[in-house]
Amino acid sequence: MSGNTPLSDEIRLTQFAKHGGCAAKIGPDTLSRVLERLPKFSDPSLLVGFETSDDAAVYKVTDDIAVIQTLDFFTPVVDDPYTFGQVAAANALSDVYAMGGEPKIALNIVEFPGELDPDILGEILRGGADKVHEAGAVLVGGHSIQDDVPKYGLAVTGFVHPDKIYKNYGCREGDVLLLTKQIGSGIVNTAVKAQMASEESAREAIRVMTTLNRKAKETARKYSIHACTDVTGFGLLGHCSEMASASGAQIQINVEDVAYMQGAKEYARMGLVPGGAYRNRKHVEPLLDAGDLDEVWLDLLCDPQTSGGLLLAVPEAEAGSILREFAQAEMVTEVSVVGRVEKSGCEKGRICLRK
Amino acid sequence: MITVNAMGDICPIPVVKTKKAMDALPGPDQIEVLVDNETAMRNVMKLAKNSGAQAEQEQLGEREYRVLITVGENEVKSSAPSAAPGAASVPVTVTDAADDLKGMLDCPTCVGTVIAVGSDRMGDGSDELGHILMKSYIFAVTQLDMLPDKMLFYNGGARLTVEGSECLNDLKTLEEHGVELMTCGTCLDYYGIKDKLAVGSVTNMYSIAEILQDAMSVIRP
Repeated sequence: MSGNTPLSDEIRLTQFAKHGGCAAKIGPDTLSRVLERLPKFSDPSLLVGFETSDDAAVYKVTDDIAVIQTLDFFTPVVDDPYTFGQVAAANALSDVYAMGGEPKIALNIVEFPGELDPDILGEILRGGADKVHEAGAVLVGGHSIQDDVPKYGLAVTGFVHPDKIYKNYGCREGDVLLLTKQIGSGIVNTAVKAQMASEESAREAIRVMTTLNRKAKETARKYSIHACTDVTGFGLLGHCSEMASASGAQIQINVEDVAYMQGAKEYARMGLVPGGAYRNRKHVEPLLDAGDLDEVWLDLLCDPQTSGGLLLAVPEAEAGSILREFAQAEMVTEVSVVGRVEKSGCEKGRICLRK
Repeated sequence: MITVNAMGDICPIPVVKTKKAMDALPGPDQIEVLVDNETAMRNVMKLAKNSGAQAEQEQLGEREYRVLITVGENEVKSSAPSAAPGAASVPVTVTDAADDLKGMLDCPTCVGTVIAVGSDRMGDGSDELGHILMKSYIFAVTQLDMLPDKMLFYNGGARLTVEGSECLNDLKTLEEHGVELMTCGTCLDYYGIKDKLAVGSVTNMYSIAEILQDAMSVIRP
């Protein structure tokens, strides 16, 4: 990582944002109420629209090519502008990977206060451009307006073969659920804001948030992926519940098997839990059987993630070899088996948490 | 009993304030924490229970919650104020000397020096000169060896903490160094500049009265 020197000790980007990163997302309950009122669009070429709350839209162009379209931007999660640019871009690009595609074209979307040093904006954009470059895509322009709160992200276009789209539903009985990044970034970022986070935790969160899901997707490509989504603002349980509902699946999560960022559990116990975690929890509660688990597990599993990993449903028979391949892939994030699909073909989705 | 007023504070500030108050307790006592949102209430409850204290929550109004924390003999840690193991310590704005003084006064939430700014001008006479003097006073405060703990802005003073104020950079520097800046919400409303607040937080008369009362010295420029 280069260019991490803050431009000015006076400016802390996160102070401009009430809610940082994917924690700034509008809650799932509110969002689905609003979206329900929109007119439905139909087009035989539209392979994935917003009805299934998937990560991006997919439109078939020819029998071999479908276009993936997505847009993502948010307020600062970290103080360093270059790092913020990297995180926002990695997060936006991730939606393309979550659909099984390759990002190709990116456009910047920028809101920035007129009175702030333009060099800060320059650093944000440089961080974003470096990630687009790393993803093998091209950055071709964008749009910027003045606003009191800085915001940055990308609109990304990617390509995928129409038969090889990863959808967020379709997991089957016996599937093993893998998560390619450790969780806890919402809690750790809150602890950083409170100046109670250890340096190691803060560094780990930045490393996880700036990592592209490219390698995770490339590794997954060689296996039969029944369902895939990236874990972001709705937290691991929120995204699991979308997968469970859309697939009619009963999913069991083994809370102790999930990889967490260091310190996250301790910070959650200290009350450094972002508001989004409570909103997410409320949203998943109707599907949830948490037994008598300690509340800290729910805080962790509902913690809104910024630029989180891919949640993959893999047939049990292939689980061993994909895990071996992940181990050899020198991932900079932790891959964990978070649970399994107990049943599919149910009328309603369900999630059970077990220790 | 000690009151921590975290009304208007967003996550994680209520937890930070409560932790500071708990860490500073010289002996068993009760702390009442006032917050205006459920997230803050639940997080303060977690903090209290995690440190072994008893805690009860209560909803007082639509956007008003109270957490009552009872800190027993075993949970008092004022002799070794610190954050959790491995964590960077919570920055404390008061100096050691002021800390000692507060210890003697047996008032953990007391503050040392408060600057109460009731106007955007300094002194009577020419308004233009008054503006220049206030700007230069705020700059001069940034250069002091011992910074104030809090600065309150009310009436015309509220114009200093909003967008377009010439003092913004200096005030941001002060905030960066741990000075808590609070602007009267009624005043921001009155002047129609509530959405322009650019530094510090919004406060109410209840807090202002309490801060002025608890301060060891109040400076009115």
